[in-house]
Amino acid sequence: MKKIKCAIIGPGNIGTDLLYKLRRSKLLEPVWMVGVDPTSEGLARAREFGLKTTDQGVDGLVPHVVADGVQIAFDATSAYVHAENSRKLNALGVMMIDLTPAAIGPYCVPPINLKAHAGKREMNVNMVTCGGQATIPMVYAVSRVQKVKYAEIVATVSSKSVGPGTRKNIDEFTRTTAGAVAKIGGADEGKAIIVINPAEPPLIMRDTIHCLTADAPKQAEIEKSVHEMIAEVQKYVPGYRLKNGPVFEGNRVTTYLEVEGLGDFLPKYAGNLDIMTASATRTAEMFAEELLAGRLNLEPVAA
Amino acid sequence: MNLEGIKIKVHDMSLRDGMHPKRHQITVEQMRTIAKGLDAAGVPLIEVTHGDGLGGASVNYGFPAASDEEYLRAVIPEMKHAKISALLLPGIGTVDHLHMAADCGVTTIRVATHCTEADVSEQHISEARKMGLDTVGFLMMAHMIPPEKILEQALLMESYGANCLYVTDSAGYMLPHDVSARIGLLRDKLKPETEIGFHGHHNLSMGVANSIAAVEAGARRIDGACGGLGAGAGNTPTEVFVAVCNRMGIETGVDVFKASDVAEDLIQPILDFPIRIDRNSLTLGYAGVYSSFLLFAQRAEKRYGISAREILLELGRRKMVGGQEDMIEDAALTMAKERKLQNA
Repeated sequence: MKKIKCAIIGPGNIGTDLLYKLRRSKLLEPVWMVGVDPTSEGLARAREFGLKTTDQGVDGLVPHVVADGVQIAFDATSAYVHAENSRKLNALGVMMIDLTPAAIGPYCVPPINLKAHAGKREMNVNMVTCGGQATIPMVYAVSRVQKVKYAEIVATVSSKSVGPGTRKNIDEFTRTTAGAVAKIGGADEGKAIIVINPAEPPLIMRDTIHCLTADAPKQAEIEKSVHEMIAEVQKYVPGYRLKNGPVFEGNRVTTYLEVEGLGDFLPKYAGNLDIMTASATRTAEMFAEELLAGRLNLEPVAA
Repeated sequence: MNLEGIKIKVHDMSLRDGMHPKRHQITVEQMRTIAKGLDAAGVPLIEVTHGDGLGGASVNYGFPAASDEEYLRAVIPEMKHAKISALLLPGIGTVDHLHMAADCGVTTIRVATHCTEADVSEQHISEARKMGLDTVGFLMMAHMIPPEKILEQALLMESYGANCLYVTDSAGYMLPHDVSARIGLLRDKLKPETEIGFHGHHNLSMGVANSIAAVEAGARRIDGACGGLGAGAGNTPTEVFVAVCNRMGIETGVDVFKASDVAEDLIQPILDFPIRIDRNSLTLGYAGVYSSFLLFAQRAEKRYGISAREILLELGRRKMVGGQEDMIEDAALTMAKERKLQNA
C-alpha cells in the first residue's frame, strides 16, 4: 500500500521517538531526518533505519523535497526556528506538524478538532504542549455536556522527562496550555500549572483536570462523556488512564489521570513526551488518509 | 559562638505563608492593619501574596479573598519603613505576574522552585534582576537533598542573577545540624556579596533553634511569621525569634513587645483554629511533607474517611513536592478504594 512520505526535523528524544512511531504506521513512511550536528546520535540512528539525513538543517532537506516526494514534515526543534522551517517547507507544498511551542498554526488536539483541520486543508498545525494534549480532551468532555466557566489543569511530570528547552521557558508552557485549555477545551477561562517532581524511580505523568461548571454538574452525562473521551485518546495513547474521579463537589468536576508512554524510544514514565509524538503521528495519519484518498491535495504556499 | 553585634534582616511571612491556615481568606483590611503593625514594630521586609505566591489563585490551591494586585496595592502605600516582597513559583506564576508586582511597588521578588529544579527559574530571576529588584532564589524542601546538591542548585540561581539564596525547610523537617551544613556550605562557596537566608517551619518546634543555627552558619536573612501565622505548625514565630536574638545580641531592629502585640491583638483574633503542633502538623515535620498540605489532608479526611495522618504519610512515601496539592484528594480516593470505603 502506498504511504505518505515524511521528514522529521530535530533528531533529539522527541524526534527519535516519533521515528519509532512513524516506522510502525500503515499510512506514513519516514524518509528524512534533519539535524544540525554531524555527530548527532539521533541522525546516526535514523541512518541505521535507512533514512536519509542531513546536518545542514532544513536547508539541507529543501533541495530533495520534490524528488523524494516528502509531503508532511514534523518539527521537533524549537519555537525560535520553527517559523523559518515552516515557511521554507510550506513553499514546497509540505504540510507542517509543529511540536514546538511556536504555535503559528491552529492548535490540534486529535479527538477534538483533527477532523476539522483536515477538512480545512491547514498547512501548519500546532500540537500545543504535552500538558495540553493530556488534559484538553478531559475539559472538552465536560464542556460538550454543559457550560464550563473555568477549567484548570495540573500536569505533574518527572524531572528526567523535562528537557532544557522547557525549563528555560516554562512560562511558555503555562501560557500556551492555559490558552488552549480555554480555546480548544471549551472553557470561558483556562489556567495551567506544571509541577516537576524529581522522585526516583521517576513518576509516570499525572494530570488533574478541574472544571467549574456554570450550573450544577450533570453527573451521569459527564461520567459517560469522560469515559468515552478516554477511550478515544486510548486509541493512540494506550497508557492514558483514569486514576480517580470524576469527583463532583458543588460545581467542581475533577478528573485524575495517569499517562504512561509506549516506551518506544523514551521511557514509559515519560507519558508527557509520548502523548506529543503519538498525537503528532495521529494527526499526520489523518492528513495522510485524506491525501491517499485524493480528498486533499497539498499545494505550495507563497512565502 | 558569639553572635553579638551581628545584624540580620527579618522577613515576615504572616501575610503570605499565613494565607495557608487562613485558606487564603485574609481580607484586604486585615492585611493592611497587620502590615502596618509589623511596619511600626520595625519589621523591615514583609511578604504579601496568595500562599502559593503570585498567580496562586486556583481550584488547586484555593481562591483568595482578594487578588494579589488588590493586596499589594492596599498594603504598599501604607508602609513607612517596611518593604514588601512577593513570592513566585515558576509553573504557577509567570513573568507577567512579576511585572504586575513590580508595578505595584514590591522591592523584592523571591523565585521559588523545588530544591532540585532551580533551572526553571532562569527567566524569572534574570528578569527580576534586570528590573533592579532585590532578587531571591528560594530552594524549597531543602531537606530532601544533601548540602552539595543544594549548592549546585544555588549556584545556578546565583548565575541567573539572584543576589540572595534561601535554604527553605518547607516541611519543618530539619534539625539544627541539617541547617548548619547547608547554610555553611552556601556561605563558603557562593559569592561573598550573595546573601544567604533561611525559611523554617515549626512542625518539630525547631523554628527558632534552626534559625539561630542558620545565623551562626552565615545566614543574614531569616524568615519568621508574626504569631507563627504560617502553614503547618506555622513558621518560626517572628516575635519569639526576635526575643532570642535580643538575648544573644543579634541585631534585628524589631521591637519584641510591639511584634508580640501584633501577634496577640491582630493575628490571634483572626485565626480559624490555633496554629500549633498537633498530630497532623507533627506528621509533616516528622515525615518531611510540604507544610501547606495540612488543611487539604484534613478536608480529605472528612470527605473520604482516611485519617489526615495516613494521607500525609502516603504523600511522603510518594515523594510529593510543593504544588502537588491535587494528589491529596487523589491519594485519599485511592486509599478509600483500596479499603472499599463508601465515599470513594
